[in-house]
Amino acid sequence: MAQIKLSNLRHSYQPNPASDADYALKKIDLTWDDGGAYALLGPSGCGKSTLLNIISGLLVPSEGKILFNDQDVTALPPAKRNIAQVFQFPVIYDTMTVYDNLAFPLRNRGRDEDTVKRRVAAIAEMLEVTDMLKVRAANLSPDNKQKISMGRGLIREDVNVVMFDEPLTVIDPHLKWKLRSKLKELHQRVKATMIYVTHDQTEALTFADQVVVMQDGEVVQIGTPVDLFERPAHTFVGHFIGSPGMNVLPCEVQNGAAFFRGERVALEGPVASAGDGAAQIGVRPEFVNVSASGAGIAAKVRKVADIGRHKVVEAVAHDMRINAILEGEAPNAGDDVMLDFKQSQTRLYKDGWLASQPEGGAR
Amino acid sequence: MKTQNQRAWFFVTPVLLLVAFNALIPMMTVVNYSVQETFGDNLFFWQGLDWFEQVLRSERFHNALGRQFLFTFLILIIEVPLGVAIALSMPKKGFWVPFCLVTMALPMLIPWNVVGAMWNIFTLPDIGLLGYFLNHTLGISYDMTQNPIAAWVTIIVMDVWHWTSLVVLLAYAGLVSIPNAYYQAAEIDGASRWAVFRFIQLPKMKTVLTIAVLLRFMDSFNIYTEPFVLTGGGPGNSTTLLSIDLVKIALGQFDLGPAAAMSLIYFAITLFASWLFYTLMTMNDNKS
Repeated sequence: MAQIKLSNLRHSYQPNPASDADYALKKIDLTWDDGGAYALLGPSGCGKSTLLNIISGLLVPSEGKILFNDQDVTALPPAKRNIAQVFQFPVIYDTMTVYDNLAFPLRNRGRDEDTVKRRVAAIAEMLEVTDMLKVRAANLSPDNKQKISMGRGLIREDVNVVMFDEPLTVIDPHLKWKLRSKLKELHQRVKATMIYVTHDQTEALTFADQVVVMQDGEVVQIGTPVDLFERPAHTFVGHFIGSPGMNVLPCEVQNGAAFFRGERVALEGPVASAGDGAAQIGVRPEFVNVSASGAGIAAKVRKVADIGRHKVVEAVAHDMRINAILEGEAPNAGDDVMLDFKQSQTRLYKDGWLASQPEGGAR
Repeated sequence: MKTQNQRAWFFVTPVLLLVAFNALIPMMTVVNYSVQETFGDNLFFWQGLDWFEQVLRSERFHNALGRQFLFTFLILIIEVPLGVAIALSMPKKGFWVPFCLVTMALPMLIPWNVVGAMWNIFTLPDIGLLGYFLNHTLGISYDMTQNPIAAWVTIIVMDVWHWTSLVVLLAYAGLVSIPNAYYQAAEIDGASRWAVFRFIQLPKMKTVLTIAVLLRFMDSFNIYTEPFVLTGGGPGNSTTLLSIDLVKIALGQFDLGPAAAMSLIYFAITLFASWLFYTLMTMNDNKS
């Protein structure tokens, strides 16, 4: 168990990176606390797998250091770092039984058979695979294979961190949910640091206490699922998390007030960085109120999608698409409506980054 | 209502005809010869299973069969591990991949009788590059036309040179299809190089290796052209493999009956051994 610290980390797959664009990881400074459940969330190609492979030691970063409990492990190979990693596709040793698969990492490290037996029994019980121990691993279903991969990650007692690289990709939807709650349960039982890489926000938000959102090789925001939802630090986070994502509207800032195509939009509070000019307003569809007549911005409803629990209204105001989520009654397509943004949830972004502060000063 | 008609057979007919004329009918002719005696003039006499009995009891057949099994055994025991070893050491990506693949494939592209002729000249003690080098530079007495051991070494080395590439290419195809995650997982699990080979690479290569062993078995068991061109079965009968002996009986002595019976026995052995290999190598897959 260890605290993991990434310091000034940069990585490029090219031998002589010239510009920032050549770096798969631009600059990462990050600390993972011991025993935390983290999710690393970002679109495909944002560098999250690269980051994971650097922590596990499969890749050596171009620049920067990795510290496990303040000990520099940058140059250590994976086997020496005492970490575990579960891959996208279940990796099992086909010719071995489930028991031998689980025992493999321990046997490779020369543990005695009594310890192996005890650990395998404990992990098998935790994963509910005790009745499969004698079965050849090649004959298992994909979800059970993935369970065995996870088991091999958890089998060592002293493992520093268990990393999951999109582990549910090949699992059937109805089993995803089961495995996800199993993982959460495992985290509570084994109390190892876990890092879960995914591009699926549901997986990230249900698994993790802290979510690290990445884009283009950079960490955009670290926070609890609630933080990410309510106060996205960047318009990207707003877009990426939530369904549909945050509405981002172009605006002009004049004397600290925001104007969307000439109409004033009330913000949550004062704008942090001074200066007028182009900026963006961000408001989540959950906080857009739709009424037939009332305050707000005039818009025309383009379509209404009923997605079960609520309806998503897509309206157009000044050529910009604005989504709203409504419970119960919703207008019809073609209706003229007024859109009103909840003031405490309306934020201002400059160059993509959050620029407004809540009423009463910075948090 | 399900429409029923038999027109699909028309699509199969050309293949049936082709197979009939190039396999079934010649084969039946051989069966015919194997139970009859002829003195020419298209006159045949019923002989029953006499020829089969004669072949099975003949010492000449036993010796040829023994040599054939020895040859095939040596070929498999050398070419399969060597092919796997070469495939393991080939680069997985980069500039050298196409270079290695083409170089590997080259021997297989050379016609079989040319291979025999090439090695014949190559090993001539007076003018052949290898023969001259061994005899005159290293001072090792080597003449495969005189010495049975030298002849055996030469046909084995020639076949290894000609066909190991097949095993290499098949094994390589199996190796490159292993996802990288397996190697990474093994690294994290602390597996040794041997464990990676034993538990990841070998199981993943199993299917292609089954095919490689089967192909190499059948080809080496039926081999004719190369040793015939190289040694002609000599010196003496020391490299007279089954096929060479068969051709001697059929076309040299024109003993059609015994030759036909021998062909059928030869065919049955090849078929049975192939079945045995396949069954043994895939047996574990069906176990749970």
